[in-house]
Amino acid sequence: MNLFEARKVTKMFGGLVAVNNVDFTLEKGMIAGLIGPNGAGKTTFFNSITGIYPISSGEMNFDGHDITKLKPFQITALGIARTFQNIRLFSNMSAMENVLVGQHVRLHSTLIGQITHSAATMKEEANAHAKALDMLEFVGLRRTDAEVTAKNLSYGLQRRLEIARALATDPKLLLLDEPTAGMNPNETLDLTSFIQRLRSDLGLTILLIEHHMRVVMGISDRVSVLDYGEKIAEGLPADVQKDQRVVEAYLGKGTVTK
Amino acid sequence: METTKKKNFNLRSLGVLVLVLYIVFLIGPIAGLDVPTIAASIKANPLQLIQFLIIGISNGAIIAIIALGYTMVYGIIELINFAHGDVYMIGVFTSLTVLSLTGTLNSTNPVQIVLGLAFALIIAIVVCASLNATIERLAYRRLRNAPRLAPLISAIGMSFIIENIGLMWAAQAWLVPSFGTTGGASQKVFPDMLSALFKATGFNGGDVNLLVASGLPLRLTVKDILVIVLAVALMTGLYLFVQRTQLGKAMRATAQNRDAAKMLGIDIDLVITATFLIGGGLAGAAGLMAGLYNNTAWWFMGFRAGLQAFTAAVLGGIGNITGAMLGGFLIGLLASFSDGYLNARWTNAWVFATLVLILLFRPTGLLGEQVGQKA
Ligand SMILES: Nc1ncnc2c1ncn2[C@@H]1O[C@H](COP(=O)(O)OP(=O)(O)OP(=O)(O)O)[C@@H](O)[C@H]1O
Ligand SMILES: [Mg+2]
Repeated sequence: MNLFEARKVTKMFGGLVAVNNVDFTLEKGMIAGLIGPNGAGKTTFFNSITGIYPISSGEMNFDGHDITKLKPFQITALGIARTFQNIRLFSNMSAMENVLVGQHVRLHSTLIGQITHSAATMKEEANAHAKALDMLEFVGLRRTDAEVTAKNLSYGLQRRLEIARALATDPKLLLLDEPTAGMNPNETLDLTSFIQRLRSDLGLTILLIEHHMRVVMGISDRVSVLDYGEKIAEGLPADVQKDQRVVEAYLGKGTVTK
Repeated sequence: METTKKKNFNLRSLGVLVLVLYIVFLIGPIAGLDVPTIAASIKANPLQLIQFLIIGISNGAIIAIIALGYTMVYGIIELINFAHGDVYMIGVFTSLTVLSLTGTLNSTNPVQIVLGLAFALIIAIVVCASLNATIERLAYRRLRNAPRLAPLISAIGMSFIIENIGLMWAAQAWLVPSFGTTGGASQKVFPDMLSALFKATGFNGGDVNLLVASGLPLRLTVKDILVIVLAVALMTGLYLFVQRTQLGKAMRATAQNRDAAKMLGIDIDLVITATFLIGGGLAGAAGLMAGLYNNTAWWFMGFRAGLQAFTAAVLGGIGNITGAMLGGFLIGLLASFSDGYLNARWTNAWVFATLVLILLFRPTGLLGEQVGQKA
């Protein structure tokens, strides 16, 4: 069954067609890779899915809902979460608080209860806190990191915290925009196996933008290639790597064994 | 590298020195900064210093409440809401009108006066909160992704519109008889309800000055105390709201990173509306407090209050809620000392000079600005 379906999605910035007539589906439980040269429209495609940019034309469907015209907060509530290419944490909040904001959508206590710290609120807060600690632990932050202000965490931990925060919204589909950017080879290897655990332990469907060919080709069930906003190829990693158009557009530039 | 840095720094200090000397010796005397006279007057009546301190803290409390509105809005959408001071002016007019229509102005019944004041406070808060949120909806929301100058100019336009509403309002003697028949442009009286109420209780021999028994040449009135207590209560309430509630957390998240907040299920429009509602409500409360404290109502009063409150917000660190409170009290003191020792006509100029100096030499304010990082 398809968890996500995009039909003829186009996003234009003025005259620039950043995403051009793209058809795209995700089956439940798959890890899909999205690659393409710089400026190909990958991040814009993420922004379109998540409602950050309203799309120019086309339709998008997620988990049985038409999400084409929904706002980001509604899309999050339906179960799509993401991380950003350049880290966007709440840098003056602690790691714990960052994750707690992520749980925001799923909390129900009343305003008055929150101000007065009513019993019901405190119980919900305690649950949220415990859940957030689990989440931090799952992505590999230690307990002592929980109270550290986000901007003071190491780069690698910030990336992981961003994933923890996304997971806190309780998603079905997780979009990762270049999660290994700026990581050393060891961290990259760690993260790769971590992404696999996201699927096996949490049952998530994952769409991944990645420049590290070894990472994408290694963990993706399917790879799609964008070039100048158009989807030029799609298929098994091994097939895509051999595709003539892809080689011309992208792999030919010497990035193949990066 | 190192030496040029040092040299720049020295040049900068030299610049500050020249500017300070210029202000003190050239502009200062015109603006009432006459050091020997001031020193003599302090010597003659040192307790007056404490008197100005009391006035400064009371007015500072009001400025702080208004400054919160500037700083919260700036923290979230990086817009200086120039209409904010005028929303506060509407708060003054609204509470005065409510007091008049409910008959509270002419009442001698303490219970009725207290109830009337409480009612006026609520209505002023509701009116200013909705006015502020409406301004956002009409004049700023569509411009959220426009270049910065566009919403700023839109804000100035809103300010003019509201000032003119005040001008017309102040001419409606049928609403508030004490507006009189002199037209809307002149300053109007906001009756001193609190002193009247206090006298009626007969407490302290009916004297509004709580320090009268001490025989000192000092006045600490029930007004001072009420304004400070109310301000502290509002600030505490706001602090608890921002720190404890989900909506408060959503506000902080939105201020720090709007796109990330969107992706975490936060409805940005709702958060921004809530921010304008709260800022406007605070301005409404400040309107009643200021009316009762300073006993004037004037269509242009939002300008001075807005200038002082905006400077307070920048002084404390724009976007920083604690900073706005601190800045409010400091600017209140500056204005009070300028009114008392220098020359009241030049107080606005001193406040403006402070604003310019902060922007030039410490643009992040005393406690540091807290605005979102750019993507
Ligand atoms: N907000 C925007 N306004 C105007 N043009 C934009 C905007 N965002 C992206 N673009 C343009 O759209 C095109 C696609 O950009 P996008 O960021 O989606 O590429 P990408 O595939 O993510 O590239 P990279 O690998 O560098 O991250 C680029 O030409 C970019 O300049
Ligand atoms: Mg990108």
